[in-house]
Amino acid sequence: MSGVPGFKDATAIVGIGQTPFARRLGEDERTLACRAVVAALDDAGITPGEVDALASYTMEETDEVELAKAVGFGDLTFFSKVGYGGGGSCATVGHLATAIAAGQASVGVAWRSRKRGSGPRPWRDTTAQLPTPAQWTRPYGLLRPVDEIAMLARRYLHEYGGTRDHLFNVALACRNRANQNPDAVMYDRPLTREMYMTSRWISEPLCLFDNCLETDGALACVIVGRERARDCRRPPVWVHSAAQGLPAQHHGMVNYWNDDPLTGPAWAAARHLWKHADLTPQDVDVAQIYDAFTALVPLSLEGYGFCGRGEGGAFTEGGALEIGGRLPLNTGGGGLSEAYVHGFNLINEGVRQLRGTSTAQVPGAATCLVTAGEGVPTSALLLRS
Amino acid sequence: MLSPVTDADGAPFWEYAARGELRVQCCADCGEARFPPRPCCPHCQSFASTWRRTSGAGRVWSYVVPHPPLLPGYAERAPYNVVVVELADHPRVRLVGNVVTGPDAALDSVPPDRIRIGARVQAVFCSDGLPRWTLERP
Repeated sequence: MSGVPGFKDATAIVGIGQTPFARRLGEDERTLACRAVVAALDDAGITPGEVDALASYTMEETDEVELAKAVGFGDLTFFSKVGYGGGGSCATVGHLATAIAAGQASVGVAWRSRKRGSGPRPWRDTTAQLPTPAQWTRPYGLLRPVDEIAMLARRYLHEYGGTRDHLFNVALACRNRANQNPDAVMYDRPLTREMYMTSRWISEPLCLFDNCLETDGALACVIVGRERARDCRRPPVWVHSAAQGLPAQHHGMVNYWNDDPLTGPAWAAARHLWKHADLTPQDVDVAQIYDAFTALVPLSLEGYGFCGRGEGGAFTEGGALEIGGRLPLNTGGGGLSEAYVHGFNLINEGVRQLRGTSTAQVPGAATCLVTAGEGVPTSALLLRS
Repeated sequence: MLSPVTDADGAPFWEYAARGELRVQCCADCGEARFPPRPCCPHCQSFASTWRRTSGAGRVWSYVVPHPPLLPGYAERAPYNVVVVELADHPRVRLVGNVVTGPDAALDSVPPDRIRIGARVQAVFCSDGLPRWTLERP
């Protein structure tokens, strides 16, 4: 018998909402959070007074009390906050689905509100000691997330014969999908190989286009149980399987100190995700893979089982990530080209694909993998229509 | 430039480095080396540890070349190299550092195109208390 009785397809995402995405929005994070949550509840046809569960993740500045009193929630009986930045996005849905399936709540809202575009870069704050052990890295000038991931990316390309073209394939697929999505920050900005190859370095071997955007914006989604889901305004998108992943001896972004730094949290999350699913990677019609940096995508493709170890770079060849390819990816444009809101836009885009309403719709998409940040303790969702 | 903001577990590493010794924390019971330092051995759960001196020899496991925007002090030296060095004595212990021409040489004293994965390096000790690395064959 596979799967945990009571979790698989026991809950569904029935509402999604978001604000515009931009380098700078006028309203503050709390207001943006409220707008996204109200929009998601309206999309679901559920009144705020029915909400009894919340889930968010680190660096969320709008807390449960603020949101509940502003939007007008009822009694909350479950609320959780997941750690590790972009690794927590999918876990918000996972926690709510778990709580609802276990009877701890009935209507859950997950959200993310962030003014990263107009606000300060977290790495510039040298007084905040990061959860990663900064004493071993920052004095040497390994200062930013891009530096930390570039270190793994260099080793990855060296060990497996990957190329910058592989990373470009990721950036291009995201940009092409953003060019189809009027809500994407990069909607009207096509990318060419020449632009990529001649762009400025940020941290060699990663260039400007290997890095995600910096965006202001907020998103939310609504999760309910099976029975309630059938009565909502939109077709339910079922939470088929969900997982978090923190593998043994993992060190966060600077995962240089274990036996095998090129396998990370994706592998741990994937083992649980597939073990409890009726589906395999071959059944996935479309994927939303966390893309703070292009180099995270080949790692995630390997970790979630779309290809073998070291084959993630080659997997991107031949238009595999484009519409019509083996695995259409980040169909709203992802963090690289739609908006960087710590991956929550990947969840909402996964829902749109399974509703058939994406601006880059994969024909007949019935199964979507959504992942959170690789390179930090992570999470993932397997959604189906 | 940033100095290590150390903790009880990490402090001995920096104290030894300030004396010109590269030492790693090892379990006093099962002997396994562990990095970064921590209170308990993940192999045998012993809380007893010792700091074992290493030869200071290693190989470049990976490296990056940061470009601005960077923090003041670093931006002026960019592009510079940051390396991860795998220790010859303890292959699973990999230290972040810089390849420089010698003790107290600038962060950008070695051109990034001189660095290769696999290059042999040797620890040198700088007056800021940080161990750095020189190329065996510059």
